[in-house]
Amino acid sequence: MIAESLAGKRIAITGATGFVGTALVERLLRAVPECELVLLVRPGRRSSAAERVRKELLKNDAFDLLRKNLKDTVEDFDSMCARRIITIAGDVSTDGLGLSPEDAQILASCDVVIHSAAAVSFDSPLDSAVEINLLGPTRIAHALQALDVSPHLVAVSTCYVAGNRRGNAPEKLVSEGPFDLGLNWRNEVQAARRLRSDAEAASRAPSQLESFRKEARRELGAAGAPALAAKTEQLRTDWVKDQLVLAGRSRAASVGWPDAYAFTKALGEQALTDEKRNIPVSIVRPSIIESALAEPKPGWIRGFRMAEPVILSYARGMLKEFPGVPEGTIDVIPVDIVVAAIIAVSALGPDRAPDITQVASGGINPLSYRTLVDNVRDWFTQHPIYDSEGQPIIVPDWNFPGRGRVQTQLKRAQSLTNRAEQTLQSLPLRGTQAKWSAKLEERKGEIERALEYVELYGLYTECEAIYQVDNLMGIWDDLDAKDRDNFCFDPRAVNWPEYIHNIHLPSIVQHARVKTQPGKTRTDRASRLRANVLSRDRHVAAFDLENTLIASNVVESYSWLATRRLNTPERIRYVLQTLKESPQLLAMDRKDRGDFLRYFYRRYEDAPVEQINEDARDMMTQLIITKSFPDGLRRVREHRALGHRTVLITGALDFAVAGLKPLFDEIVAAEMSIRPDGTYSGEMKRVPPTGETRAQVLADYCEAEGFRLDECVAYADSTSDLPLLEAVGHPVAVNPETRLAAIARKRGWLVENWDTAPGMSKPLLPIGTMLSERERKKYMPVAGRRGQR
Amino acid sequence: MPRPGFVQEVDRSTPPQLFWRGENFSLEKLPADRSRVIYAPEPHDPIKDIDGAIRHALLNPIDSDPLPELLFPGMKLTIAFDDVSLPLPKMTRPDIRQRVIEAVLDLAADAGVDDVHIIAALALHRRMTEDELRHALGDRVYDAFAPHGTLYQHDAEDPDNLAFLGATPEGEEVEINKRAAESDLLVYVNINLVAMDGGWKSTATGLASYRSLRHHHNPQTLLHSNSLMDQHRSELHKSNWRMGKIMRDNGPKIFQIETTLNNDSFPEPFGFLGKREWEWNARDRATFVASSKALNRTPSSIARKIFHSIEAPHQMTSIQAGEVEAVHKITTENVYKQQIVEVQGQTDILTMGIPYICPYNVNSIMNPILVMCTALGYFFNMYRGKPLVREGGVIIMTHPTPWEFNSVHHPSYIDFFEQVLSETTDGVRMHKEYEKKFAEDDWYRHLYRTGNAYHGVHPFYMWYWGTHAMHHCGRIIIVGGDVRAVRRLGFTPASTLNDALEIASDVVGRTPTITHMRVPPLMIADVK
Repeated sequence: MIAESLAGKRIAITGATGFVGTALVERLLRAVPECELVLLVRPGRRSSAAERVRKELLKNDAFDLLRKNLKDTVEDFDSMCARRIITIAGDVSTDGLGLSPEDAQILASCDVVIHSAAAVSFDSPLDSAVEINLLGPTRIAHALQALDVSPHLVAVSTCYVAGNRRGNAPEKLVSEGPFDLGLNWRNEVQAARRLRSDAEAASRAPSQLESFRKEARRELGAAGAPALAAKTEQLRTDWVKDQLVLAGRSRAASVGWPDAYAFTKALGEQALTDEKRNIPVSIVRPSIIESALAEPKPGWIRGFRMAEPVILSYARGMLKEFPGVPEGTIDVIPVDIVVAAIIAVSALGPDRAPDITQVASGGINPLSYRTLVDNVRDWFTQHPIYDSEGQPIIVPDWNFPGRGRVQTQLKRAQSLTNRAEQTLQSLPLRGTQAKWSAKLEERKGEIERALEYVELYGLYTECEAIYQVDNLMGIWDDLDAKDRDNFCFDPRAVNWPEYIHNIHLPSIVQHARVKTQPGKTRTDRASRLRANVLSRDRHVAAFDLENTLIASNVVESYSWLATRRLNTPERIRYVLQTLKESPQLLAMDRKDRGDFLRYFYRRYEDAPVEQINEDARDMMTQLIITKSFPDGLRRVREHRALGHRTVLITGALDFAVAGLKPLFDEIVAAEMSIRPDGTYSGEMKRVPPTGETRAQVLADYCEAEGFRLDECVAYADSTSDLPLLEAVGHPVAVNPETRLAAIARKRGWLVENWDTAPGMSKPLLPIGTMLSERERKKYMPVAGRRGQR
Repeated sequence: MPRPGFVQEVDRSTPPQLFWRGENFSLEKLPADRSRVIYAPEPHDPIKDIDGAIRHALLNPIDSDPLPELLFPGMKLTIAFDDVSLPLPKMTRPDIRQRVIEAVLDLAADAGVDDVHIIAALALHRRMTEDELRHALGDRVYDAFAPHGTLYQHDAEDPDNLAFLGATPEGEEVEINKRAAESDLLVYVNINLVAMDGGWKSTATGLASYRSLRHHHNPQTLLHSNSLMDQHRSELHKSNWRMGKIMRDNGPKIFQIETTLNNDSFPEPFGFLGKREWEWNARDRATFVASSKALNRTPSSIARKIFHSIEAPHQMTSIQAGEVEAVHKITTENVYKQQIVEVQGQTDILTMGIPYICPYNVNSIMNPILVMCTALGYFFNMYRGKPLVREGGVIIMTHPTPWEFNSVHHPSYIDFFEQVLSETTDGVRMHKEYEKKFAEDDWYRHLYRTGNAYHGVHPFYMWYWGTHAMHHCGRIIIVGGDVRAVRRLGFTPASTLNDALEIASDVVGRTPTITHMRVPPLMIADVK
């Protein structure tokens, strides 16, 4: 009867690219062959609504079955979709839905409108939850009224609109129940909008902006003004969002809902009831929707929802404890049951459908929290996932502690890792040591997430409301055998242990792409990235020098040259002097590399050009090649052999790197001006290539030579090179300092750890080797005379 | 009167034998009744009046006019000398090259010759540092020539300073240093440490270009050199001698000066390293225990510094000058006199302790490739007649074989180890697939010409040199080596000598004969 009653009907669907929406579209196309679908889709930032339908909806593996069924028939999947699906661009968070007049007419022609668009994230900012969840349904009703039509509006809501309560939750509006607070949804809308503008204003207060700048600086170091500005702005918008998320959570909690989602959904139902006027409305309230029991295939799921992140965190050994009442009910319902129920309600039509239908398992086939946890632990004990070292992760036993205790534990761990991280970041670590910090950061992320889950989802595991499904079962009882077969929405059909073991967990483990096999795979990823970097398609490889190709720096080169012609007492004096100055030099370098170089190179003032050039030749072997990274130099030559241009961009002085010329097509180095008397002036000819200048230098080079930046590779070691690394298509972090290591990790960049040749002795002090006897005599007459005595 | 070389049969009362292990050494007990140890002859007495002998050789050359008669005002005179790879260890000052060159310069000054160049005959070796040049030539020669640019090092890659002299009937191109080729007289000052050195190899290899060298430094030639210490059975030498003929016909007049040294390799307190174990006195034993214990605790870079600062007391035992081939014949005989030990029959297992030094890591690191070359290129080839180890036998060497390299001296070795040896240990295949890329690499060429790096192709030559031994032997085992590095070389790692003998039993059975070459001091086994 269901298929027949919807045959020939035009059904509009919002939220088609979502989890429920996808399953709904698939089911209607497959099980109701005679209906037409109108999908109201919000155009993306880069793609139109139709493109989103093609890419985000129809390519989903939910349609595999349908695609296969239609393969050898007259009409294949694509042409069937073209015939039966009409996409219209619209947005439920704007008044009037943002429809064009033509699209509005298409909407007006629909017999049924299924509204499943929602901000489902439990931690959406309050204002966007309000715009979408609270006002969305009302906007649809208003739009239909404006078009002067009254199709059957089926609104998807959630069982949790009932709020935090114990005992039975009937299929009734909250306002009709005994716990109604009498909230006015219009006031809540006003307040949420007001909060947004307040938060925006507060985020722009000078003291706030200052703290964002500080934070950006801490995270990026001396990355140059543009990168810092971008980071600061990002921190500001994140802050505003956090404020609104917090506001949503507190407001919901203050009036008895677990989170902003349930809270705004509850008010949304109220608003729709108040505003629907002549539009017939049926509300469908699923509980926690999880992977499909049978259709389109067992375990089908789209996106990660509520239980999955928690389960996976548990399987990764991250969540050692999770609060909850062991005998409490976790109300989970497979997505295909929800979809079938929505279709059944739509098929009944406005006259026969109940006002509210709950689709939940708690009232009729409950899954206790303990059953869930036990089954999950059993499964992961049998099928452990593996850590990055290829070792199986043992899942912990949960003791069902109270929420407060878990939160305290996690918060303690959080402050500990925070402190450790700050300490690590202030240390000059590189390469493999920087991995500690990366590990710590990972750990910190894990704790943060765990804390978030406990805060967000803890209430759900403690929720003891039992959602009644009388209306749902009423519809079920009236169905004939064929409909029961095709549109099974009986929650009793689920055998929980079977569902958890054979359907849900295998599916989410597969989706999460966690390691289910022992053995290391990390190298595979690195070698894949490396092969990509060393592809013939690349154009240019740009290299930083210090700590990227050699373990040395401008101060060392200077010291080497400066001490070359000194005798031993003078050398000692020099070393002491330099050590005394080093904190100041270091601080300056951290603040701005360009300023540091300019200041430091003043020391070359009055140095005779000829002598420096002569000594620089020896320095090439004794300092630069001695401290070079053979892997790095080999990489440069590999790029050359592949026909890439190689460019060295360094703040070092040109004479110090002259010996590296055969490796590079172009060397961009700092240059000092020379006085007519053949001495260096100590002043730079132009801005030394540091920070964002490097990105510009490379961009100019590419422009002049006709190369593309996205086909460039850049190698650098510090966050001050971030603009350069970000500018190219293939960044490589070499021996990254802690901050860069963290960034590279997050963004999936290739990280290389290069070292000087094993076995080369590492002199503690960068001091030039003594000149030979004859010159010693020439330059050190004092020492010579002493020898004669 | 020094005692001749000696083969000691090991029985149960024989004291354990000294095995070099890089910058350290150990005493190892060899199985009784089937092992023997070969000791080099004791150091011959050096010539008392060295300067007198030098002068005598220059004035009474073999098959040549005396040197003063070859010198005339206005002539172009070039003196070439062996580089830092000789002698090993470096000799105490004054170096024999300094003494010979000073004598030649005195004669040249007497004859009014003022156009004199002194060239280090490097071939593809690394350039010497100023300190090394001063050590070999003395400050007087260095200060008189270096500042004027008339003391310099041969550059096998300098297209402007090479002269093509012709090709042999076999098609081997002869191209040598231009200044040497265009001189009225080329005086070559050699140190003949082993029988392989000297003769036409001095000029045809030492002063040659890469283009010329590749004709005899390749797997085919080196695979057919049995042995390199026996010039009449060495393809390498035959090729050099063919080139010598071209040099004689088209090149400059050559006045060859060859010297031999005795094998007095270690000064006190390391004198025990050259002594036979049963003759060690209490002090020797104490020094051994103290130094090996101390070295175990010393970081390798410091141990390396200590050993490379050793200057050997070895001294000149003969000098002969004149026509290349005639001179070299006598020189070779003199080398044999000091180094030949008669050995009866081959052995199943040849053991050797690899010391800290070989010609290519003076003041540097003995990297894994050089460990291979020292054992299989040098020591294995120290034979006349038949190799000491039978075909299909086993070589066991002791050396820590660390995964360490000197990036200044051996840049191409690092890449060779990473890129070539990780793919193949087959000399013929690497010759075909990789050699050209390394030989013609701009960066290596730059480092060879301006820095202190061996030529890019040099690690290949080292490898080819060992290929004869690799083909000859059934298994090669390194005791106490870095396992990864040993495997990369294609050899078998073992942690103790006993483990190594156990591993070898797969190849040579349970009761093999074992021969230990107690080098250094250097020796040549004349296998009957």
